[in-house]
Amino acid sequence: MTRQKVAAPDDLRIRQLRAQQMLRGDLPEEDLEQYVLERVLTTTFEKAQNWARANAPWPLGFGLACCAIEMITALAGPRNDLARFGAEVTRASPRQADMIIISGRVSIKMAPVIRRIYDQMLEPKWVISMGACASSAGMFNNYALVAGVDKFLPVDVYVPGCPPRPEALTYGVNKLQAKIKGEPDLSWRERYHAEGTEEVA
Amino acid sequence: MPDGTGLELIAQRVRARLGESSVTGTAYYREQATLEVEPRSVRDVVTFLAREDDEPFEFLASLHGCDYYPAEPRLGVHYQLMSRARVERLNVKTRVSVEAPTVPSVVETFPGANFQEREVYDFFGVIFDGHPDLRRILMPEDYEGFPQRRDFPMGGEDVLFTFNEHKVPRWYE
Repeated sequence: MTRQKVAAPDDLRIRQLRAQQMLRGDLPEEDLEQYVLERVLTTTFEKAQNWARANAPWPLGFGLACCAIEMITALAGPRNDLARFGAEVTRASPRQADMIIISGRVSIKMAPVIRRIYDQMLEPKWVISMGACASSAGMFNNYALVAGVDKFLPVDVYVPGCPPRPEALTYGVNKLQAKIKGEPDLSWRERYHAEGTEEVA
Repeated sequence: MPDGTGLELIAQRVRARLGESSVTGTAYYREQATLEVEPRSVRDVVTFLAREDDEPFEFLASLHGCDYYPAEPRLGVHYQLMSRARVERLNVKTRVSVEAPTVPSVVETFPGANFQEREVYDFFGVIFDGHPDLRRILMPEDYEGFPQRRDFPMGGEDVLFTFNEHKVPRWYE
């Protein structure tokens, strides 16, 4: 997990005093200092936005093979409840989903379809490659499959395993959340030098 | 199951009806009866066995392809006929070369052979003459080659082990 940078005490004090100035007049003078010390937190808008995004990465209701069954148990099962991290609301439409989990082997006939679904998703969007098959074709090294979903999708998190344990998928979602909180909008675009390719709504 | 004698009787009846050259041989192995026929008379033989024979095999249980590489002629098409009344099975096999892989279609006799013939065409490149809609069924439409032929490259990617990693260019990336 990327550790959030903690503001220096002096910096915090400056921001608290600034907030105190803004609240002056709304509260009695004697309560104001105590109120600010106990209740006011300051942050930037981007940080608050990323915090909100990271805690609700809704996945697309989409599965390919045996990993899909494992994904369903990890997402919706009571034992590995991914609702703890806000990622249990599978959306049936790519227009409403934030995240797509490529769960299973990808045939060369299916690859254009997946790419189309990914293109239909709205920005910002993230991709988790779940299992050995999606990451590298796994045990299938033949004419029918795409060896690695990263040949046509920008993958954010790879989850190894055949299939991965539900804990592993949960950990992958946690890694994605850390990534969203860290540097959200340019994440894969920075890596692939693709700044300026955002969809215009 | 027709035993060895029954198989010879079947072959005799087919030859009497469709000519001496229609059946090229018979094989009885591990209680499986096989009739080997000329490719050009496959439709007639299968239709005769299904419709007109005294002991008919009215059901096509399976139709599939095979590559006998390096034996010639390479490609084979197998028809597994079945009689559900007598619970008997009979294989009908034919062989065609890669250069002229044409076999008459049996879709008119068995409509269920439609998809199976398309699959054999998809993977082995056998052309079924008279098929109503012969195109690929499982692979993408623009796929090149017939991937189940034995001389088709494996595809995929090289798996790296310590003994071959230096042969794969830029494997370290």
